[in-house]
Amino acid sequence: MKSLHATKHELANASTQLDLLEEGVRDRLSLPLFQQKMQQADLYPLLATGVEILQINVGKMCNQVCKHCHVDAGPDRKEIMTRETMEQCLAALAASDIPTVDLTGGAPEMNPHFRWFVEECHKLGRHVIVRCNLTIIVANPKYHDLPEFYRDHGVEVVSSLPFYNADKTDRQRGTGVFKDSIRALQMLNAVGYGQEGTGLKLNLVYNPAGAFMPGSQEGLKRQFKRVLKDEFGIEFNDLYAITNMPVSRYLDYLFSSGNFDSYMEKLVNAFNPTAARGVMCRNTISVSWDGYLFDCDFNQMLDLPVESRVPQHISLFNAEALNNRDIVLHQHCYGCTAGSGSSCGGTTA
Amino acid sequence: MNPYYNAEDLKKFGKIGEFQETLAKKFFDYYGEVFAEGALTAREKSLIALAVAHTVQCPYCIDAYTVDTMEKGCSEQEMMEAVHVAAAIRGGASLVHGVQMMNKAKELSM
Repeated sequence: MKSLHATKHELANASTQLDLLEEGVRDRLSLPLFQQKMQQADLYPLLATGVEILQINVGKMCNQVCKHCHVDAGPDRKEIMTRETMEQCLAALAASDIPTVDLTGGAPEMNPHFRWFVEECHKLGRHVIVRCNLTIIVANPKYHDLPEFYRDHGVEVVSSLPFYNADKTDRQRGTGVFKDSIRALQMLNAVGYGQEGTGLKLNLVYNPAGAFMPGSQEGLKRQFKRVLKDEFGIEFNDLYAITNMPVSRYLDYLFSSGNFDSYMEKLVNAFNPTAARGVMCRNTISVSWDGYLFDCDFNQMLDLPVESRVPQHISLFNAEALNNRDIVLHQHCYGCTAGSGSSCGGTTA
Repeated sequence: MNPYYNAEDLKKFGKIGEFQETLAKKFFDYYGEVFAEGALTAREKSLIALAVAHTVQCPYCIDAYTVDTMEKGCSEQEMMEAVHVAAAIRGGASLVHGVQMMNKAKELSM
């Protein structure tokens, strides 16, 4: 499977995605646009509350090609962050008191400067989260020592595992991904991740393998804990239930499976003002592989940079200006505000 | 439009209160409590509901509890096993009456 970008698919174009989302919500479904819904909830404009997390996307290159990927990542994507841009990120961190650095991709580990970057963030005393797809750990011998590397630098590992069996996981993430993910989780457990008393956090991310919303995060966590422990001896700390966002490959799936209208209708009707108040974009800044700033990773993939009144590149980072920015909103935001809400840390309501 | 079993009607279920508000409210309050976490988990209750939906052969309930069990992280194997439980009880309910037939037949036979 190739990326939408490589096949020159129409949905590889961000403005096409935005147009289709708006047209679908407003014209076909006759539902309120997201901005209107936020106005009704007295949440427009949505204001940032500070910058507590610097989420850095170090590149779109990945060893997997997942069907729902909002990044449209894959082995054919060559856009990765340079050391120079990483240095600009480090300068921004050093000049601010942002406590958490959240590294994502693609598979962030495939960036050749990844380990150096983690070490430097660690030296600055920041809490480092790595969004690890698990299979990268077993993909090549040069990655086999990642669990020890993470342990030595106090990294919190957050990993996607959409289901506790091979069938559903492989349908979403590719053949053999479940088996490799289980092996990687066992390797992480072996160095102390997910084990009581070690302080080494291993959190899993659940997202539905289809056109439906996640159920109760607590209930899913209980089920994953039971099955992974009983069948594979695996332990983990938390499970984050994330709603699939109608962006990029998941948007393509919604259209090609005929589920777009019913899925969007469900998201809109499940709008929850409490979830909307807790969305992660309010305390996060997302940095793209080439250093531009966004309110979140989804806005990044939709080419919706932070509002034009504030600096838009990491080289011009100004925490004070960013703290007071208006969040840029569009129809995909319904994904984060539906039901119990959704964020990189799970539910928000 | 087919006047029977229109899938869009499921979304209108909550509107049954238009004709009788008090009883509808009591029903939906009760319904909500029944499916909350209790001695049985919400997940277990959803699988039971899926089985019962097949027993009463309600297409609305089947759609609703297929989605609900998927949202609650049930596997496709678990969902189909729930349907087999419904089928086994339905089949068993017929077959157990075979004893009645046997009793009667033996009563009338030499």
